[in-house]
Amino acid sequence: MSTRYTDDHEWAREEDDLVVVGITDYAQQQLGEIVFVEPPDLDRELAKGEDAAVIESVKAAGEVKAPVSGIVVAVNESLADAPEKVNEAPDGEGWIFKIKPSDSSEMASLMDHAAYSSLLESLA
Amino acid sequence: MIDHHSVMNSPENLQRTALFDLHQQAGAKIVPFAGYEMPVNYADGIIKEHLHTREKAGLFDVSHMGQIRVSGSNAALLLETLMPIDIVSLQPGQQRYGLLLNAQGGIIDDLMVARIGENEFMLVVNAACKINDFNHLNNQLGSRLQLEMMPHQSLLALQGPAAAQVMQRLGQELTDMGFMSVRKLQVKGITCWFSRSGYTGEDGFEISVDDDHAVEIAETLLADDEVKWVGLGARDSLRLEAGLCLYGHDITDQTTPIEGNLLWAVSKARRRGGERVGGFPGDDIILPQIPKQVSKLLVGLSPQGRAPIREGAIIEDIEGNEIGRQIARQIGAVTSGGFSPSLGKPICMGYVDIKHSAENNVLNAVVRNKRLSINVSKLPFVARNYYRPT
Repeated sequence: MSTRYTDDHEWAREEDDLVVVGITDYAQQQLGEIVFVEPPDLDRELAKGEDAAVIESVKAAGEVKAPVSGIVVAVNESLADAPEKVNEAPDGEGWIFKIKPSDSSEMASLMDHAAYSSLLESLA
Repeated sequence: MIDHHSVMNSPENLQRTALFDLHQQAGAKIVPFAGYEMPVNYADGIIKEHLHTREKAGLFDVSHMGQIRVSGSNAALLLETLMPIDIVSLQPGQQRYGLLLNAQGGIIDDLMVARIGENEFMLVVNAACKINDFNHLNNQLGSRLQLEMMPHQSLLALQGPAAAQVMQRLGQELTDMGFMSVRKLQVKGITCWFSRSGYTGEDGFEISVDDDHAVEIAETLLADDEVKWVGLGARDSLRLEAGLCLYGHDITDQTTPIEGNLLWAVSKARRRGGERVGGFPGDDIILPQIPKQVSKLLVGLSPQGRAPIREGAIIEDIEGNEIGRQIARQIGAVTSGGFSPSLGKPICMGYVDIKHSAENNVLNAVVRNKRLSINVSKLPFVARNYYRPT
């Protein structure tokens, strides 16, 4: 399965049996220059839609919600010293955390790329 | 993820400044601010705009601010009845930072008072306060002075160490014009009022020009390689680094000048022992507070970690008790907080209990239910660089 999207502008990508989570390019553009990322605690159990991480830009703070339910098994430690990676590569090196999903059906309920693109068009 | 409130554009009834089209051409992100559609940042983003202002010269559109002309006999003495500053001895061509006060000593607004003639003054007030300020002035002084809101007058700020060189390249030799002086200048044949002042801590000018010529003046300044547009986002981070108060946040109608650490804005002539002691609203409350007989004080606050600590964060003291546990209690709150591009770390200002206001005191800020260490810190965070002729 390819990358899926939430209407809060997170992306979720299956990687083996885990789901990698980040924010979309649109989200990082809206936030502006990111200066701090607070990832979720390891082993934390997240419900779908729950506030998981905090991203602070020069302008504002934003929450990253869990796109699917599960347990946090990894966080992107490199963002502590280089939060600007979320601006530079939001869907790559700027990933935020990884979840071991508890409900494999939840990914399918998220938007695919075409649906997310239409959402962005409606916001433009 | 997205705060839709801050993203939403173009609600109805918002005003535009004469420079709106220029902002759009420059790639501005426009947000509603104090009833206007204003540029929060341009294509470069807040951090680059901020650093450009510290290194070269930033151009700001601050035409949303209120400009009020006051004239009439005894204007200086009459204005002194509303503010705790010495206006009588202010020379024509000089300006002073003033505070409009209420009867409780609270601050109605902060403003610049420029004397442009023996009985003529120009006031520059905050955008969000300008209607209230005008009504207040009119209620108090309207029967004795002429008061005129100048809604068709734009205001530009050229700020940064290169500002004077930019003006020099335009044929304006201003080496004898010190910080807080004002004068009328012709730039490309256009009449402008220049004041050597600003809200960034840098040398620079605020330039008042009529709306019909604002675009031409802005384009003339922007033609210089060292000048770039800077938005309200960087204006806020610049003023916070410089330790300058933001009205409605760091100072309000609930804070006195002394609590706001603005003793310097209460002129000696108006304090006890001065030539015209008191005689301003709230003098009975403010004068006994001098120098620091207050329960709370505005201070600089430096978070120890990298997390920005924003306006509204509660400040706690930590005191150990007999069983070794720690009991925290609120002793203050952050009133301005954000990221300092010049220092690469978060900075704040806020009120703390006077007992905890000593420099380097370590306190806690509560952020998302976590306690983060924060130090009381000297202001300004970044040295001010005002021009004073030798």
